[in-house]
Amino acid sequence: MIEQNLILILVLLPFLAAIAAATLPVNSHGAAAWVSGLSLAGGLVILITLYPQISEDEVVRSLVRWLPILSINLNFRMDGFAWMFTFIVLAIGILVVIYARFYLAKTDPVPRFYSFLMAFTGAMIGMLLSGNILMLVVFWELTSIMSFLLIGYWHQSQSARDGARMALIVTAGGGVALTVAMLVLGQIVGGYDLDLVLRSGEIITAHPLYPVVLVLFLIGAFTKSAQFPFHFWLPGAMAAPTPVSAYLHSATMVKMGVFLLIRFQPSLGATDLWFWLVCGIGMLTFTLGAVIALFRHDLKGLLAYSTISHLGLITALAGMGTEAAIIAAIFHICNHAAFKASLFMTAGIIDHETGTRDLRKLSGLRKALPVTCVLAVIASAAMAGVPLLNGFLSKEMFLTETMALHGGNVLDNALPWIAAFASIFSVAYSLRLVMEVFFGPEAKNLPNEHVHEPKHWMRFPVELLVAVCVVVGLLPWLADPILNVAGRAVLGPDMHDAHVAIWHGFNTPLMISIFALAAGAALWVTARGRINAGPEGPPVLYRIRAQKIYEWLLLRLTWVWPRALHRLFGTERLQTQLRLLVVLGICAAAVAVWGNLAPAQKRIGNELNPAFAIMWLVGGACAIGAAWQAKYHRFAALVLLGGAGLITCVTFAWFSAPDLAVTQLVVEIVTTVLLLLGLRWLPKRREEIAGDDLLISKARRGRDLIIAAIGGGGLAALAWVVMTRPLVPNIGDWFLRNAYYEGGGTNTVNVILVDFRAFDTYGEITVLAIVGLTVYALLRRFRPGSESIGAPEQQQGYAADRLENFMLIPSVIMRWMFPVTLVIAAYLFFRGHDLPGGGFSAGVTVAIGLLLQYIASNVRWIEARIIILPIRWMGFGLLIATATGIGAWLFGYPFLTAHARYLDVPLIGKVPMATAMAFDLGVFLAVVGATVLLLIAIAHQSLRAARLRELEEEKAEEKAAKQKGAA
Amino acid sequence: MEIVLSAAIGVFAASGIWLLLRPRTFQVIIGLCLLSYAVNIFIFSMGRLTIGKPAIMPKGGWINAAEYADPLPQALVLTAIVISFATTALFLVVMIASKGLTGTDHVDGREPDRSGETK
Repeated sequence: MIEQNLILILVLLPFLAAIAAATLPVNSHGAAAWVSGLSLAGGLVILITLYPQISEDEVVRSLVRWLPILSINLNFRMDGFAWMFTFIVLAIGILVVIYARFYLAKTDPVPRFYSFLMAFTGAMIGMLLSGNILMLVVFWELTSIMSFLLIGYWHQSQSARDGARMALIVTAGGGVALTVAMLVLGQIVGGYDLDLVLRSGEIITAHPLYPVVLVLFLIGAFTKSAQFPFHFWLPGAMAAPTPVSAYLHSATMVKMGVFLLIRFQPSLGATDLWFWLVCGIGMLTFTLGAVIALFRHDLKGLLAYSTISHLGLITALAGMGTEAAIIAAIFHICNHAAFKASLFMTAGIIDHETGTRDLRKLSGLRKALPVTCVLAVIASAAMAGVPLLNGFLSKEMFLTETMALHGGNVLDNALPWIAAFASIFSVAYSLRLVMEVFFGPEAKNLPNEHVHEPKHWMRFPVELLVAVCVVVGLLPWLADPILNVAGRAVLGPDMHDAHVAIWHGFNTPLMISIFALAAGAALWVTARGRINAGPEGPPVLYRIRAQKIYEWLLLRLTWVWPRALHRLFGTERLQTQLRLLVVLGICAAAVAVWGNLAPAQKRIGNELNPAFAIMWLVGGACAIGAAWQAKYHRFAALVLLGGAGLITCVTFAWFSAPDLAVTQLVVEIVTTVLLLLGLRWLPKRREEIAGDDLLISKARRGRDLIIAAIGGGGLAALAWVVMTRPLVPNIGDWFLRNAYYEGGGTNTVNVILVDFRAFDTYGEITVLAIVGLTVYALLRRFRPGSESIGAPEQQQGYAADRLENFMLIPSVIMRWMFPVTLVIAAYLFFRGHDLPGGGFSAGVTVAIGLLLQYIASNVRWIEARIIILPIRWMGFGLLIATATGIGAWLFGYPFLTAHARYLDVPLIGKVPMATAMAFDLGVFLAVVGATVLLLIAIAHQSLRAARLRELEEEKAEEKAAKQKGAA
Repeated sequence: MEIVLSAAIGVFAASGIWLLLRPRTFQVIIGLCLLSYAVNIFIFSMGRLTIGKPAIMPKGGWINAAEYADPLPQALVLTAIVISFATTALFLVVMIASKGLTGTDHVDGREPDRSGETK
């Protein structure tokens, strides 16, 4: 149990540190570093306490249930391999934090740096410990995002932004491929549990989808580990601060790809395809990286390509897949982390002290930086594979493996030759790095004149890492236990114990090593001058740069091609878009019901009532009339629309839906008034629109008529076919049975709205409130069309005082009606739970009551008497609805769970008191607020227009007076 | 009854779609209203037509669901009415604001070019 929690803490600790660091003040260098360093140290302590169990080959697990239905749980597992990897991440993390503390300038905003760094570490550890392959992908992508943020830390610089974006696109794109691979993998083995996947190797490799899964999986791993042809992002990422490069791009993140390769080798590997792809690409990258590295003039660029090359070496080992190869790969992961991190930090020190990273400018620094020089020489020697250092040991194991037999094909036979060739270049670039920087004549014209050793704590991480290189190189048996534990975690308990040794006798691998050292030195000595004079890259190859191809492709994919497509297929015209939308909708519906639109064998139906038919004759006429008249006779169209709405309302009442009838009625009234108010700003069209009776316009109308006829006819046929089929028992029956017992109401429709599906209603009133606010905001800066600024036609020709009494009788009646409307609204509200009505219809009724006052009297009169604050109504409505929902939490129920009972109120009798009632109150208030806000916002425009008019008149008068005065 | 109501849905929908494809904003808003009536009745009719049996029950007791109207389409349509009201209101305001801004009530935001291909 305690181990479970320890694992969770281990994953959470860096994220907590990230949050803590993010909240520190911007210049708190020390505090941020301490927080980060201590959290990583805490993780390290946890890791060490877990070691006894790990060394017994136990797998420590922790499971937090999350989405059990989808078999997605927070499932962490730690075996020997993950333990070793986590150890590297944490240990180098601490060193990087110490280093960064002195590396970053006083002006750099450090909390951001450390919080990104810690979040990255957390994501990395999460990835390493994931026991579920989907969760693994999530953490995988999280590292891509954090790496993007870290590379772009100095976002003022263009190269940092470009490098960050490139790294994100490549690695996150690979992550997408990996996601698909994992999903298919999960489908093949029947679950997303990592243990299950690792156990099911035979099922996976025998499956017909295996090649697809493998290729997608490898794209994911290769992009992260910068394998050819995805290697180009890594040099671009060198724009990151050096601590980031040392951490992410040498020791940890880029190792995720090879981690995945090694982890899944037992289940996905052991096939020819695996060997060819993984080993082939690995060897190619190993060679290519080494060759290019020799020709780079930028210190960090050289190290970046060297990293690519070493990752290729590890990938190749994973591709070989034998026991010894896997052990060698694991060992080289550790060794490379040690020497490459120290070299990156050294490069940072040199950059920090001299102000340049150009190998052609740097020279003879051994006098100014004696200690750093010694450290760099040892680390480079480890990188080159010089005996008695750790790099030599794993490289020797690699060379031994290339000699072994792996199927005897062409690639297998070529392995030792390729390895020897690439090793020559490895030696040459390591030598070039050390010789150019530290030896030769002392450099002149460096950006920083006074070069001196850095603060001791900045150099300390380098010293420690180099010490590890030397100790492991001299006493290799120290690494045995950890290597074996990690190896057994990958390969299974039957693995033969591995022993690392310095001396194996004068065998071929040693010969190759010695040959490579000699040939590499010779290569550098002979080609030195030409390399320094040459371009940034190998002679012919520098012209073909993957980065250029990437940029070319990116430009086309994100800009040129989409725009061309847009020109070809896009339109800015709404009319065309609407037509496409309608046609597409009709087509989609046709496809969906094609072949199933046959009438039922046994049809049900009601007797035709002639009154109903006559009513719909009128309704149809209204609809067609509205369609006919909407262009030139808007008012007529509006009246006809109202008629169609009323017929709809009666239809609802006819077919046993009183709630719908009530709601439709009130909404119909509000909609009509709304459109009427809108008509004020869309004056009557008098003249014929030019070109309206041209042949082409008629043809267009004919086409639209056909579309409309097909759409309407199709919907009618569909409606008829469904309506005449017997009703199958459905969820509606459940609502009917449970409305009273569970919801405490007898009006099932209302109970569904405020109880069973209250969350939908909650969303709905939110939408209504948003619409209200949007309308309000849109109209605040409203400028009416020039032709509608003047007083409307109907008001012209009357003096202002006569207008006051224009509608005297209606306005008196409506004043009387106001209390009546309110009573009706209250009636509708209170009976809602048991009889037709409810918060919504009550709310609209109140809105109508207020609106009638606005229409009958004028705005100024009414606002002098009633103060309405619709936004507050709306806000309180939403608050009450939310509070009712949250109230359920207090009793341990999910959001919006309702409670119902009947209360005995003296004099009145039994009253249904459900918390749903409070919710309905919220709905009521929100609806009143939103509707009134809408209508008032539009109504107020008349006031503003009137004010504009008055202002203009005053101006005109002033002008006239001035002219008179002048005359 | 069914045949009348399906014909009615068809007429409403056809008028609505035709108006939706027209160039003037006011036509489109009327079309949107008509189309929403058609769709609301359509959804409602999916619960079949029942006369004189609303979805309101006596208090307590065992309920024979076949004796009542299907409440689910009704609840759905109730929501749909509200949302279509909100949409209409928003569209109306966008429409008059666009009229004020562009000086035209064409849905494309500018009068069509009559010289060339007219759409």
